Amino acid sequence: MSTIQSIAGQNEPNPDLALVEKVRGGDISAYDALVRKYERQIFRIAQHITQNREDAEDVTQDAFLKAYEKLNQFQGNSKFYTWLVRIAVNESLMRLRKRRTGRTLSFDEDLKTEEGSVPRDFADWAPNPEQNYNQAELAEILRKTIQGLPPGFRVVFVLRDVDGLSTEETAETLGLSVPAVKSRLLRARLQLRERLSRYFKRGTPAAAPATPSSPQTNPSSPGSGAD
Amino acid sequence: MTCTEFLQILDDVIDESIAAETRIEIETHLKKCGHCEVVLNTTRKTIEIYRCHEIYELPVEVNERLHASIMERCRKVR
Repeated sequence: MSTIQSIAGQNEPNPDLALVEKVRGGDISAYDALVRKYERQIFRIAQHITQNREDAEDVTQDAFLKAYEKLNQFQGNSKFYTWLVRIAVNESLMRLRKRRTGRTLSFDEDLKTEEGSVPRDFADWAPNPEQNYNQAELAEILRKTIQGLPPGFRVVFVLRDVDGLSTEETAETLGLSVPAVKSRLLRARLQLRERLSRYFKRGTPAAAPATPSSPQTNPSSPGSGAD
Repeated sequence: MTCTEFLQILDDVIDESIAAETRIEIETHLKKCGHCEVVLNTTRKTIEIYRCHEIYELPVEVNERLHASIMERCRKVR
């Protein structure tokens, strides 16, 4: 398993804009460099949304092709990466719609549930709890846990916390308001924390199965202590 | 500060975008509320774990095939 080596968005715009200008001037090798730089991140985002490897590969190809074709429409007001992610998100949603014909897909559906908006498990975690699992086990735990989130929470968490986009960039990319991104991010973080607690809290057997029973919950609420 | 108020600004605490005066209130609250301290630390850890571990592996050979296919399609539309 490879560690994610770079987080997009940090000190990013100038090198990308220079490459974009070269591509516009007919230098396709500059586009090769842009594809090389972002293909893994775009694949990951597509996989998170579509939950399907084949779809994610197709989306990655289609997104880069569409970005190449529409490069003249890129204004340079946003980062190239956020512009590219927006294309990939739209391609991913289109792919999902094809699979689920007749069902409208929207990130706005996600707020119907209040699940996970209030913490319930207050058990502390073991120090470096991820080290209690081998890489394959850990990846499986992390996959299953994040797959349980509503799509709109999942993609906000991935863009904001894994890819390192700002709240504003995430909002622009997904066509959501900043408050909507903030609301989804908080709930995504809390739901993931709650679910991971099953595996990572102190005293959890290291060989815990990847398909847990119901989480242990503490009957007291966060308001019962220092409120 | 109450637990509910702390929870409302949890994201700002994690993202370290908190005003200095609020920071003191937060520190005071965390000293007396173990639950909120656990929620803060474990939420931070949650983010760190997801940031540091790639969960959708893209093997090198698949990556290369994907890359070649993207560039081939781009060359065709020139």
